[in-house]
Amino acid sequence: MNGVPLAAYLSLGLFMFVTGVVGVMIRRNPIVVFMCIELMLNSVNLTFISFARYSHAAQVSQDAAAHSAMAGQMMVIFVMAVAAAEVAVGLGIIMAIFRLRNNIDIDELNLLKG
Amino acid sequence: MRGFASQTNWRNQSLKPFDFAFPELNAAALLPLAILAITGILALIIEMISPKRDNNLIVGISIFGLFATAVSIFTQIGNPAYTTGAGMIISDSFGSALQLIVVVATSITVLFSESYLREKRIPFGEFYPLLLWSATGALIMCVTTNLLMLFIGLEILSVALYVLAGLSRSEEKSEESALKYFLLGAFASGFLLYGIALLYGATGSLQIENVRLAWVQNAEGSRILIGFGLGLMLIGLSFKASFVPFHQWTPDVYQGAPTNVTAFMASVSKVAAVAALWRVLSETSNVQAIWMPALTVLAVLTMTVGNLVALVQKDVKRTLGYSSISHAGYILVGVLAGIKNHSLNGSATIPYYLLSYSIMTIGAFAIVSLVAKRGSENTRFESLHGLWKKSPFLAVLLIIFVASLLGMPPTSGFLAKFYIFQDAVRADMGWLALVLALNSAISVYYYLGIAYAATVPDTEDAPLAIVTPSVSVKVACALCAVIVIGIGLFVSPLMDSLNLPNQNVGGFETSAMK
Repeated sequence: MNGVPLAAYLSLGLFMFVTGVVGVMIRRNPIVVFMCIELMLNSVNLTFISFARYSHAAQVSQDAAAHSAMAGQMMVIFVMAVAAAEVAVGLGIIMAIFRLRNNIDIDELNLLKG
Repeated sequence: MRGFASQTNWRNQSLKPFDFAFPELNAAALLPLAILAITGILALIIEMISPKRDNNLIVGISIFGLFATAVSIFTQIGNPAYTTGAGMIISDSFGSALQLIVVVATSITVLFSESYLREKRIPFGEFYPLLLWSATGALIMCVTTNLLMLFIGLEILSVALYVLAGLSRSEEKSEESALKYFLLGAFASGFLLYGIALLYGATGSLQIENVRLAWVQNAEGSRILIGFGLGLMLIGLSFKASFVPFHQWTPDVYQGAPTNVTAFMASVSKVAAVAALWRVLSETSNVQAIWMPALTVLAVLTMTVGNLVALVQKDVKRTLGYSSISHAGYILVGVLAGIKNHSLNGSATIPYYLLSYSIMTIGAFAIVSLVAKRGSENTRFESLHGLWKKSPFLAVLLIIFVASLLGMPPTSGFLAKFYIFQDAVRADMGWLALVLALNSAISVYYYLGIAYAATVPDTEDAPLAIVTPSVSVKVACALCAVIVIGIGLFVSPLMDSLNLPNQNVGGFETSAMK
């Protein structure tokens, strides 16, 4: 693992994030849009965990390094928990819309405009 | 250079990551959060024990819990500022003032909700716990400079709001607004989080104040990370505070969501977003070369677009949505001016504006909520016709709220706008103040449109759509009006009691307003 530099992880994270953003903008199915948002969150997690693994060496003491690494790792746990909560709510909303109109295409959700 | 060579050493020395001392916790600072969250849980338990009954008990518990929260926040006021929980919670008078605003706004929303939910045929008891938890998230956002807490608070606030926006399950408009709010909110959280990740990479910490240090130390590559990180974070927060061009969801969601949820969203969610924005920006004020130009452009766009688009709206809730966008622009001017010139008491102007804005917005929405009748709701301007005949009292109150939104003396809306104008001028942002004044002039047209609609009698084409207001709605609206007028007349006592610096309006405040 020593052979893989931090930049490689960050690049992969950035690539995933951009893919997610582009996906949110061009896809029309809310479930796919939501998958793209999850991709963004996963890229965030990858970025956090790689920073936590690699950049603690810049800290002044071992104690500070441990604190710093923990902060990033805890953040990943919380992001996962929040993402799970969002899935529950989001799929519930999509279900409710499907029951009302048997269709979930975003372009046809156009009652609200003006 | 230390980077990869010494990093191997760290790993071989085996970090002991779980060997931490438990951080010192000050219970008093956490008490408001705990009370409100537990009240929410109690309310949910009551709903589970006796489902489908009337919700009066739940309303009572909620109001009581909110009152207890307000008391526990009030005991904090006057203490010197301190941090607790390893720096995760900061207790200062700015945070306490904003928390009080959140609690007051939530209480008024609870007061007028029950009769509206009943009339709209969605009398779900779950509404109240969700509302209280959402307010808990807002309370967290008011008192933290830790990015993890900021994120958690934001998500507690938002996830409950996504559900609340879609509360009216049989109504397509409500579900559509919930989906739009959910997708764009989650999208914005993604940006916010990626920004936090980059800041973490630059500073090795989740405390915002470390950004300031990292910028000064100027380690290799850290300035680039800070620049992008702050930019992405501000995009995420701009979505929440609905700054143009990140505002597209606002009018749709405000129109589609149940009116009481809209009132809550327009007030509490904005208070929380502005609190977070103020914390982030004031902690990174030495980096303002990066964000100041961008946010100035956003402020001008937000004020102008919000007001211009509001001119052509035909729906009251949508108009108020665009009005809230333009108010977000005014607040942004105040935030920028307060941070550019620290001697300006921006930390007093912002709470004052937010208090005035939240209360008048809730009052206006509370009256608009009266057009819901037997499960259906049409919020076009015509549906307000006949309000004068039905209830002259509420029509007068609506005119007061509109006058305050517009910024007419002697309401608090005038003073709030005046303070921001004055701050902008004193911070050498005179042209921004000019844009603000011009925009206030534009807004006269559509605000008067709302007041006019309320005074016109109903006709045969548009029969009276307004239900007889219940006592709780009247009390809620009267309370809003008292606050809107009261804090306009008694600024100094208010600022003293909140332990905020008094506004110095050069003779104006001392003579006329005391």
